[in-house]
Amino acid sequence: MTDTNHKMNCEEFQSQLPELIGTGERISDHPHLQSCELCSAFVAELEAIAEAARQLFPIVEPPDELWEHIEMAIQKEQNSAGQSGRPM
Amino acid sequence: MTSSRLETPPPDHNPSATSRIATPIENTSNSGDFKSAGVSNATEAETLALAQTGDHYAFAQLYSLHKRRIYSLCLRMVGNVAEAEDLTQEAFLQLHRKIATFRGDSAFSTWLHRLAINVVLMRLRRKGLSLISLDEAMEPAPEERPGRSFGAPDLNLTGSIDRLALERAIANLPAGYRLIFVLHDIEGYEHNEIATMLDCSIGNSKSQLHKARLKLRDALRTYPRQEARR
Repeated sequence: MTDTNHKMNCEEFQSQLPELIGTGERISDHPHLQSCELCSAFVAELEAIAEAARQLFPIVEPPDELWEHIEMAIQKEQNSAGQSGRPM
Repeated sequence: MTSSRLETPPPDHNPSATSRIATPIENTSNSGDFKSAGVSNATEAETLALAQTGDHYAFAQLYSLHKRRIYSLCLRMVGNVAEAEDLTQEAFLQLHRKIATFRGDSAFSTWLHRLAINVVLMRLRRKGLSLISLDEAMEPAPEERPGRSFGAPDLNLTGSIDRLALERAIANLPAGYRLIFVLHDIEGYEHNEIATMLDCSIGNSKSQLHKARLKLRDALRTYPRQEARR
């Protein structure tokens, strides 16, 4: 972080946010956030949304009949490969 | 791929295979991590090796082990149950075609995950989502863009986020936004990996992710007002 960051206004900080996301650096350590409550809260909201999304999606079970459909599709492919003489 | 026996019972119930293929332990954890299923690497390797020779029972075991993770991935990426089922089927069909080419350069679960993502991306491309020129194709109309001014913080968001509202907001994201949001924030891919997968720049991936998060924030801020009107 440079001293330039410390002097940037909210508009400038916001325009840099996409670049800051995913850099591995903690955005909350950014100098602008040390002195700007509004931007701190804004970043906290975005991070809270991302964290909530990570918790949102459980691993779910596909329907039982899906395997039957897959087996039928494999069988169909193998039959057509056999008819055309192509190896699978 | 040799001709195989397709008169198999469902993969979760396969007593004839247990003598030479370990019965998979059902993975019910939310992590979806193959190793967390409690299946040893040796068992995975044996099952995989058999499946690569065309053994249909072994392939059924692989399906049983990985179906939840792949189905859940497809569901997150497209947000539609019927389409997720179709994509899961297509992913395992692709796996059946390509499994002999797996050389073990990465973990099998990682390789399969990537294969499934590619299946979803191919489907999205066919539906007209150009992932080559993400900037143009995925850019929402001006009136759909998240506002540049971020306004006052919303204490409702920094407190507890309404689960239903967030689900709806993610489902309503434009396809391109949802794709990158899911890959980065939920599946945990880095921007450089996403850029490779989607054939776009790293900056583009970062930009789309930021816009997706802004869009979700906007949706969550308006949700309580929408609910109040009902």
